Amino acid sequence: MNKTSPVAVNTKSMTFRRSKTRISDKIIPILLGLCALLSVFTTIGIVYTLLQESVIFFKEVPVWSFLTGTTWSPILPPKEFGVLPLLGGTLLITGIAILFAVPIGLACAIYLNEYAPARVRGVVKPVLEVLAGVPTIVYGYFALETVTPFLQKIFPNMGIFNALSAGIVVGIMVLPMISSLSEDAMRAVPKSLRHGAYALGATRFEVALKIVLPAALSGVVSSFVLAFSRAIGETMIVTVAAGATPQLTLNPLESIQTMTSYIVQVSMGDVPRGTIEYGTIFAVGLTLFVITFLLNILAQWVARRFREEY
Amino acid sequence: MFRRRGRKPAGILVLVLMLSTLLAACGGGTSGGASGENKENGSAQQTEENTSTALTGTIEIDGSSTLHPLTEAVAEEFGAANPDVRIPIGTGGTGAGFKRFNNSEIAVSNASRPIKDSEAEEAKANGITYHEVLVAYDGLSVVVNPSNEFVDKLTVDELKKIYEPNSTVKTWADVREGWPAEEIKIYSPGTDHGTFDYFTEAINGEAQASRNDSQITFSADTNAVVQGVAGDKNSIGYFGFSFYEENQDKLKLVPIDNGTATVAPSMETIKDNSYAPLSRPLLLYVNDKELERPEVSAFMNFYLENAASLAGEVGFVPLQDDQYKAEKDKLAK
Repeated sequence: MNKTSPVAVNTKSMTFRRSKTRISDKIIPILLGLCALLSVFTTIGIVYTLLQESVIFFKEVPVWSFLTGTTWSPILPPKEFGVLPLLGGTLLITGIAILFAVPIGLACAIYLNEYAPARVRGVVKPVLEVLAGVPTIVYGYFALETVTPFLQKIFPNMGIFNALSAGIVVGIMVLPMISSLSEDAMRAVPKSLRHGAYALGATRFEVALKIVLPAALSGVVSSFVLAFSRAIGETMIVTVAAGATPQLTLNPLESIQTMTSYIVQVSMGDVPRGTIEYGTIFAVGLTLFVITFLLNILAQWVARRFREEY
Repeated sequence: MFRRRGRKPAGILVLVLMLSTLLAACGGGTSGGASGENKENGSAQQTEENTSTALTGTIEIDGSSTLHPLTEAVAEEFGAANPDVRIPIGTGGTGAGFKRFNNSEIAVSNASRPIKDSEAEEAKANGITYHEVLVAYDGLSVVVNPSNEFVDKLTVDELKKIYEPNSTVKTWADVREGWPAEEIKIYSPGTDHGTFDYFTEAINGEAQASRNDSQITFSADTNAVVQGVAGDKNSIGYFGFSFYEENQDKLKLVPIDNGTATVAPSMETIKDNSYAPLSRPLLLYVNDKELERPEVSAFMNFYLENAASLAGEVGFVPLQDDQYKAEKDKLAK
């Protein structure tokens, strides 16, 4: 009897616990589901706001002239609402950033994955990822106070606000995204593939470039696309360092204005609600949203299209 | 058994974490937005002040970034004596300030130009009456990069040539013969700054009339104009005198030839009105309804009592003592 009584107590408490577990089993999925729904509703809310305010704008300015106009002067007369200078400025910055970040990021990933000793990798990778955590306003002043003066020594006629410096620093910002995600993708390539190549007499570089990189292509390319869409939406760096001159130019030494920094500029000012100038914020925001949305779809498509299964 | 015991707290932990995040998200809004700067130095004077009045409340101010340094200096002194009064001050520009002023969002509007008719009408339509208070004078300062050696002065006409709508000036050679044919980088405070309104009216003859092409950069933040002129060899820009005073080492001040004399802005030339046409009044607009609050009227009187000593510190020219007295009398009416 002495031995059975604790067992009896235990079973009792067990059933008690079980019933509690069942309740939490029901509540927790609901709570988790609510959290997931919250993000869905946020997205819907954003799209709704953007559309609602843009509609007012596009009643006054035809979509076509907005998309094809080459002059952006929404506040001062003669008022013109052609988004191309802002789009051009954004793409110029993004282009410079990607030109800078893709080769270096890829080189970092290959080095970390194929060459670096475990100890070096253990230090370098976290340090690279710290770059992703630097506040972008800090990057902005880094571009303005450090990179631009340095570049001005190479290009003496370059202005203090220019696309090149901002673009390079945006590149530095997205660098860890490319190197880290690519490195993860390369790490996932099975060892057996590498060993096979080594057995055939391939050098390390050949293995990295001809075996691992193609095998990891879906991850690598989607890291590019993600970095691209992150660079397009970057705001603080371009606001601080790229200037506020909407113009259609391919010259990286010129001051330009991106879609994001335009939105910042106008939001800081006193544009009255409900006016066409106020609508520009949402029209430009919608354009930006559509672009990053399409890019994210592209990233998913790329990831699926180039996936190699082993 | 043992496992089960371990798992239960984990489930509760998740719940607690979720709840606390939710609570934190809800509560976050109320605690933010307070500016703590007024709390400093409070304890010293507190005992003395507490005997007479213990003012509390918030005095919302927004508007001109030019006038901001003076208002901030006054608010700091005022906050030292009245630690329970919070005075958040925005720098959205004079136009932005009046916009908020007319929506009754702020008690006091900093202005680097007199209120426009359209703004006054809007205030009237919204049932807002106000007092206009002159607090100091400022001289709009035209500056170029310090490495620029050829610009000795600019006439009002030359300034107009550079800044007027549809300006054809591309290089310094277009401004005056003999100057180098280097492209000018033109900077201007943003279109909702009183500085922009005042400059365009004084130089181009009409407020908001300005060139508007890829050669001119409008910055909503006046410090970006300072950075631009300081960083570009062939630049020109303008802003309130205090911005020049703070950044003298990075900028070269340009004397202005107004046809009768060539004058550079300084305390003296702004005070005796010889720095024409670019010296201007700095004003406060206070909502009459807000003025009835004891802390607001105390602040306004404090402002007029201390503006004379603080204006010089932040780069403005104070009024005469009897002028301040007259402004105070106006306020009492």
